[in-house]
Amino acid sequence: MNALYIVCGLGLTALVAELFNARKILSILVILGLAAAIGLTIPELGTSISYFTNMVLIDNFSMAFSILIMAVTILWFWMAQDYFNQDLEHYTDRASLVLFTVAGGILMVSFNNMAILFLGIEVLSLSLYTLAGSKRDSLASNEAAFKYFLMGSFATGFLLLGIALVYGATRSFDVQGIAASVVIGSATLPAFFYVGVLLILVGLAFKISAVPFHFWAPDVYSGSPTSVTAFMSTVVKIAAVAAFVKVFSVCFAEIAPSWSFVLKIIMILTLAVPNLIAAAQDNVKRMLAYSSVGHVGYILLAFLAQPESSASAIFYYLCAYSVASITAFAVLLQVEKSNSGTDIVHFNGLFKRNPLLAVGLTIALLSLAGIPPLAGFFAKYLVFIQAIERGMISLTILAIVTSLMGAYYYFRVIIAMFLQEPAGDTLTVSASQKILIVILVAAMFALAVLPDYLLELI
Amino acid sequence: MLTTLLIFFPLAAALLIFVLRSKQSHVIALSAAFIELILSAIAVYQFKTGDVYDLRANFLWIERIGLSYYVDIDGISLLLVLLTTALVPLIILSSFGKSFSKPSTFYGLILVMQMALVGVFVAQDGLLFYLFWEVALIPIYFICLIWGGENRGKITFKFFVYTLAGSLLMLIALIYLYLQTPGTHSFDVDALYAAGQSLTYPEQGFIFWFLFAAFAVKMPVFPFHTWQPDTYTVAPTQGTMLLSGIMLKMGIYGVIRWLIPVVPVGVITWGYTAILISVIGIIYASCIAIVQKDFKRLIAYSSIAHVGLIAAGLFTLTATGLQGAMIQMISHGIVVVGMFFIIDIVFDRTKTTALAELGGIRNVAPQLATVFVITLLGSVALPLTSGFVGEFLLINSVFQYRPWLGAVAGLTIILGAVYMLKTFQKSMSGETNPLTASFTDLKWNEKAVLYPIVVLIILIGVYPAPILSISEPAVAKLLELYSPLTAIR
Repeated sequence: MNALYIVCGLGLTALVAELFNARKILSILVILGLAAAIGLTIPELGTSISYFTNMVLIDNFSMAFSILIMAVTILWFWMAQDYFNQDLEHYTDRASLVLFTVAGGILMVSFNNMAILFLGIEVLSLSLYTLAGSKRDSLASNEAAFKYFLMGSFATGFLLLGIALVYGATRSFDVQGIAASVVIGSATLPAFFYVGVLLILVGLAFKISAVPFHFWAPDVYSGSPTSVTAFMSTVVKIAAVAAFVKVFSVCFAEIAPSWSFVLKIIMILTLAVPNLIAAAQDNVKRMLAYSSVGHVGYILLAFLAQPESSASAIFYYLCAYSVASITAFAVLLQVEKSNSGTDIVHFNGLFKRNPLLAVGLTIALLSLAGIPPLAGFFAKYLVFIQAIERGMISLTILAIVTSLMGAYYYFRVIIAMFLQEPAGDTLTVSASQKILIVILVAAMFALAVLPDYLLELI
Repeated sequence: MLTTLLIFFPLAAALLIFVLRSKQSHVIALSAAFIELILSAIAVYQFKTGDVYDLRANFLWIERIGLSYYVDIDGISLLLVLLTTALVPLIILSSFGKSFSKPSTFYGLILVMQMALVGVFVAQDGLLFYLFWEVALIPIYFICLIWGGENRGKITFKFFVYTLAGSLLMLIALIYLYLQTPGTHSFDVDALYAAGQSLTYPEQGFIFWFLFAAFAVKMPVFPFHTWQPDTYTVAPTQGTMLLSGIMLKMGIYGVIRWLIPVVPVGVITWGYTAILISVIGIIYASCIAIVQKDFKRLIAYSSIAHVGLIAAGLFTLTATGLQGAMIQMISHGIVVVGMFFIIDIVFDRTKTTALAELGGIRNVAPQLATVFVITLLGSVALPLTSGFVGEFLLINSVFQYRPWLGAVAGLTIILGAVYMLKTFQKSMSGETNPLTASFTDLKWNEKAVLYPIVVLIILIGVYPAPILSISEPAVAKLLELYSPLTAIR
């Protein structure tokens, strides 16, 4: 709970920081504050306490995901220094919006009541709509914000109607209450209850950008400022996936047959479609956007195989995915800055222009493609093991085929970096970004060598 | 402990090279490879004296994933480790005197490759084996990508996707077996053997094909070979040597360790099919080799033919076939590395590998021609060369299995003689032309690579007993499994 207070407090501090001319120390303050919040959360692991008349439940699930969200946010702040510095007027606004997004994300992983879930999603989304449009003079950024807002509102509407219908059938907003009614009265539940469940599924599928509810994602991801894209495809994705897992594993696990078929189709589409489209992209930012949609497919495969016991595998998957994504975006930002573009041709000969960036991006892409001994391999391995344990061999083979497609488009970038003639002069990078990339690369190996600790969190 | 050192010493050396970025990277790499060779010699000594406990290490690494760090060296592993540690110094030495970009990265990657290869050959845990198997792909991919020839982007990518697809099928099979192990599952080699052997007949068939796909791509066996000729041609010579000399043996080793004992019923059922496609591959690749106009491509195809024979011998499931495969792996590794180096020397001097443009090199470079003759004889399996021992055992085993298959497989020796002698004739004999007239004979480092190879080819051919005796007990142990199953064979 302390984490939520600290993040909200930091957000408010950021709002008023302009008054005290504290802009310069704000980044440091935010990073230290988030680190403190993580530090305060770790000793509480293993406990399970509910707050606000049982509306928020802080257990291991919530704390593990909160820590991940905050840790990735720290890395993101480190990575996105330019995003703040290039528009000093809005430095503090942007920082506070990011922090409120994080607060919404923490609510989304800690809810014990459908109302709090809704509140969390709204807090997160509203801040994010603004962030997507934070490059005010760019048409693409405005378009992204508008599309995101429109689609996001639709999704929230579906979700809200679903929650209302489920409430009508079970007379409860409480997560455990709904689960209890489902267990007791699964034979007598009215038909509109199932409609409600499906609407919740659709609403959350929008949020995790599962196919066919993903249409907003590529446009929003490629239109938003690159730093914001990095934020959306990591921090926001973690929160949305965790909320999805919690709703369906706690409330509706008992009636899995009623939604698992729909989810299976969503999963198959989410594996196949974005990976196919990503292979045809010539813009790396857009390619990463599609690939981030594709990764949801693997998470859904693990979830679908074992809805009740896949949380730790999904948590690990998100850790591995986030670290690799942040690395990829950190390099992408540097290339964008130097070449004012993110097409594959802009990555040509990066190995000659700056070996560290090229090697860092290569390792990140190899991890995303699931090549051992990197974290991404173990993440995929855990997914496969979950699926094969339940006899889903044909779906696992599908996942393997899409992994190969993934290898195809990730390797296009790698080949461009190592093979082509440089697309510019030597690229210099600030010392802090160098350190960040080294840390991220080390993290990708460390997550792979010692995943036990992470897997035991949940 | 020693085994662990064997795996990770090259990695440490590679990291040192990456960090130092010294001009003397090649010297550091060569010294590291020599130290590694000495370490493997100590391993042989320990193995011979029966001090095998020091070679084994086994502890739980990642509990939740079921991964143990379990390495051990038996006779089969030892021979392949020896092959790796003996060939890597030669491969490094063969690059001396050449200038290319980013040498420290190049030598570092070769040593990372060596780490993965040794790891593959000693891992006794299914997942650990898989990890090393995949890790081996990364350095060789980048060696081919950064220092390769024309059109390397597409060709190396095809290679990568082929092998990755095969490996992922293997991963499914390994996970499937893992989930069949009792209790808190385990990837331990013996547990996987027990799990595989307890499977029903159709399940064993499915596991067989999933595992076979990975190994067949790596070797490569017809019809999984289409990545190989292009990749061998486009890769830098050292990359081709690593691919053909050592990496190809990963596939054969995989069949011996992770296929034959795992699903015996599947192997007996589908073994005939596997032998059939291997034999088809022998004839097919030999015929293509005969019409090749390019020296390097010719050797690439001849390699497919040789590997086809090894694969056929493996699936006969006889001691003769397996022992033949073991010694032929060693012999092929040595011969093919020598052969590709000779091609590299010729290319270095004349800037071409087209056979039609060569000729008369024997007149100006008698030492090279002599070395080439001996390597060539090893390749066509002349008695008293290393190739003879292996090919004789292999053809013998296939002949026992089905006489007509043995007869067809035996054609490899004749066809091999045809294309190899034709190659010699076109490149070495005849009159010199303007391109070959100024050909200089072997330099010091070329001698240092080729003389040991020639000595080994003859030594193993004359006295193969020490090598055969190393792998014999392990092979016999493997085949014990099949004695109760002979009835259905």
